[in-house]
Amino acid sequence: MADNLLFFTELLSMPVHDVRGRRIGRAKDAALVPLVHPSRIDRVLVGGGDAWLTVRYDQIRSIVLGKGIFLSDERLMPYHDDEYMLRIGRDLLDQQIIDVTGRKVVRVNDLTMTIQNDGERDIVAVLEVDIGVRSVVRRLLQGALSPRWIRKLQEPIPPHSIAWDLCNVVEPDPLRRLRLNISYSKLEAMHPADLADIVEELGPAEREAIFETIDSEVAAEALSEVDPRMQASILESLEPEIAADIVEEMSPHEAADVLNEMEAESSEEILEEMDSAPGTEVRELLDFEEDRAGGMMNTEFVSLHQNASVMDALAALRGNEDLLENLNTLFLVDEEGRLTASIPLARLFLAASNARLKELANETLIQVNVDEKQDRVTEFFDKYNLLTLPVVDEDGKLAGVITADEIISVLRQK
Amino acid sequence: MRSLLSRFRYQIALFLAVLGPGFITAVVDNDSGGIYTYSAAGAKYGYLPLWTLLPITVVLIITQEMCSRMGAVTGKGLSDLIREEFGLRITFLMMTLLVLANFTNVVAEFAGIASSLELFHISRYISVPLSAVGVWFLVVKGNYRSVEKIFLFACVFYVTYIISGFLVKPDWKEAAIYSVKPVLMLDGGYIYMLIGMVGTTIAPWMQFYLQSAVVEKGVSAKEYAASRIEVVVGCIMTNVIAFFIVVACAGAIYSVAPRDIQDAKEAALGLKPFGEYAFLLFSAGLFNASIFAACILPLSTAYSVCEGLGFEAGVNKRIREAPAFYFLYTLLIVAGAGVILIPGFPLVKMILLSQVLNGVLLPFVLIFMVILINKADLMGEWVNPKWFNFTTWVTVAIMIGLTLALVGISVRGMP
Repeated sequence: MADNLLFFTELLSMPVHDVRGRRIGRAKDAALVPLVHPSRIDRVLVGGGDAWLTVRYDQIRSIVLGKGIFLSDERLMPYHDDEYMLRIGRDLLDQQIIDVTGRKVVRVNDLTMTIQNDGERDIVAVLEVDIGVRSVVRRLLQGALSPRWIRKLQEPIPPHSIAWDLCNVVEPDPLRRLRLNISYSKLEAMHPADLADIVEELGPAEREAIFETIDSEVAAEALSEVDPRMQASILESLEPEIAADIVEEMSPHEAADVLNEMEAESSEEILEEMDSAPGTEVRELLDFEEDRAGGMMNTEFVSLHQNASVMDALAALRGNEDLLENLNTLFLVDEEGRLTASIPLARLFLAASNARLKELANETLIQVNVDEKQDRVTEFFDKYNLLTLPVVDEDGKLAGVITADEIISVLRQK
Repeated sequence: MRSLLSRFRYQIALFLAVLGPGFITAVVDNDSGGIYTYSAAGAKYGYLPLWTLLPITVVLIITQEMCSRMGAVTGKGLSDLIREEFGLRITFLMMTLLVLANFTNVVAEFAGIASSLELFHISRYISVPLSAVGVWFLVVKGNYRSVEKIFLFACVFYVTYIISGFLVKPDWKEAAIYSVKPVLMLDGGYIYMLIGMVGTTIAPWMQFYLQSAVVEKGVSAKEYAASRIEVVVGCIMTNVIAFFIVVACAGAIYSVAPRDIQDAKEAALGLKPFGEYAFLLFSAGLFNASIFAACILPLSTAYSVCEGLGFEAGVNKRIREAPAFYFLYTLLIVAGAGVILIPGFPLVKMILLSQVLNGVLLPFVLIFMVILINKADLMGEWVNPKWFNFTTWVTVAIMIGLTLALVGISVRGMP
């Protein structure tokens, strides 16, 4: 192992010597000040007498493994806790952090740091977070063997670490989060499903922190991927305004499902905070029983008048670009909004632009009533090999659609 | 009126939603070792020991409630918290002890499976390997929800003890009197039995399992009130079953001729004169309890160790994603079932050893628990209230005392 590496747990309890080489105490912790420098160890906290002292990075002359820390300036300040300091021993060691590229939650066993001499002094910077067996072995042996022996013994074990800049510390306290310069922008770039997995592994406080901070659109996408029961408890723990922002970004159907899981008071609070348009849509869906077609449907469909042409359909699709990703069927309705036909989207490609949509329709129209039982609905999907099933209300008006992915979630939950 | 009704429905739904962890943990407390302890007490001393069940219930509730509360509030397992607050070395030490203690417990459960099925004339060389494979697949191929459903179903099977208790036609009047009338005798055997009954009430693994299960279930602090009821109901149920085991053995064995019994199998045989059904139900109950505990123990151990040491864990993960978890889980089952098949294996010594290991570990677990639950930065408004803290410390002190007494007796019993 290169000699310019130092593990945090080796730094801990290193003796600290003053200018004349007298020992004044031992290192108790070290801290970064992320607002000043993201990886440089800015302070070393020394415990000797009654109180801890703070050694600034520019007061250190050298750090030698097995010998200790030698200072170049011994006018040390007493230690005060401040919110700008990320204390490694207290805030990181043994705690959980997020590995952004590995997309998982890991526990910090140790930190690998580099020592670099800039001509005047040794500067220590955090390089990696150690999570593997090697760091466990190291820590178990510390105190029993000298650091050099431990380094030799751990040599054959492959290291398992994450680069420091690919880690995301989670800080529940919003003020401290700001002062420590912690952002969750790296998490926002993740796939929502991965983010959801991570969130599920964290404790409630950390979960809350993430959902309060990240962009509400990303939050909504990630939330839809989380286990339904956890969705409700996450939303309940947030401020109603923040929760409402997230719910607005969800599809009305998913929003209704989550709100259904919550206590009436909390869901009402969130509904009140929501903008009126999505709010009403969600309220309407909330009236349906969860295990009926009405409770399974969403309102993300495109419907046209029965006399419309292919050209009209294309125009309608342009106006609904946000739905395109999951759209596979168009619906035709009469003047009253009653469902009359369904058209597979793919048929539009083969039709002339002035053709009437009616001519492209499926021969038989398969639809269910909002009151239809869940079991019957899944049966329909199986029997007719559906991707999308229209749902109509008691007057035959198109109320929503049930999509195959909803059926898959229903079946998986069984 | 309608809102009142819907509120009530919500409460019921909430209870059902959190149902599982507390109930299962409490019920598994009556594993093969527990059944033996209660049977032996009933066979030798009849209805006299029944009064201990009331304090046992209280102790069980107090300790289980703390774990379930910590799980709901922090969203973290007990070994997670120990790791975060007390560091890697202590965690490692505790996990090593836990693995050893739980391994001996797993052996005891497989012994229970073997002896209960031998009552049905099934050779252990068939029953034990089959059970081991079944247990392994159940958890590896299932997910948390389905496994929990199976566990809850297994809880229902404990009803067999209640029925066999009735079939024996015990003296209900005496049973009722001695349930509330404490009897102390300066008799070595009697005191040993009392210590055994209380000492085996709380095992370290239960605390770890309960807290992880609450977390895995996703119970939140807000739903915790329902979870607390679940824990209390579970603990009471457990001791109702214990009551019927004692009563069955008191009615069937003690009232005929008080004697020492060597294992739970002997208790089942003692019920035979009272009808084939009493015997069959008692034996089936023993099998159910043993295989139930044999499912949970390796799983809980693997979870606790991986959480504490920071390895990936979870039945929802693939073997490649969580190798340490599956390795430990498999090892405990294979080795635990394997030693039962070694002819002439000193099983009694192993069970004594398991009591010693549990007893050595338990004080640390309980003390750490009380320290953790009093940390305001962890628990917020959910820290122990002052009056409850006093009760808790007294309970912990009594439990530690009794457990250490049991350790002392067990060590002397080991030649």
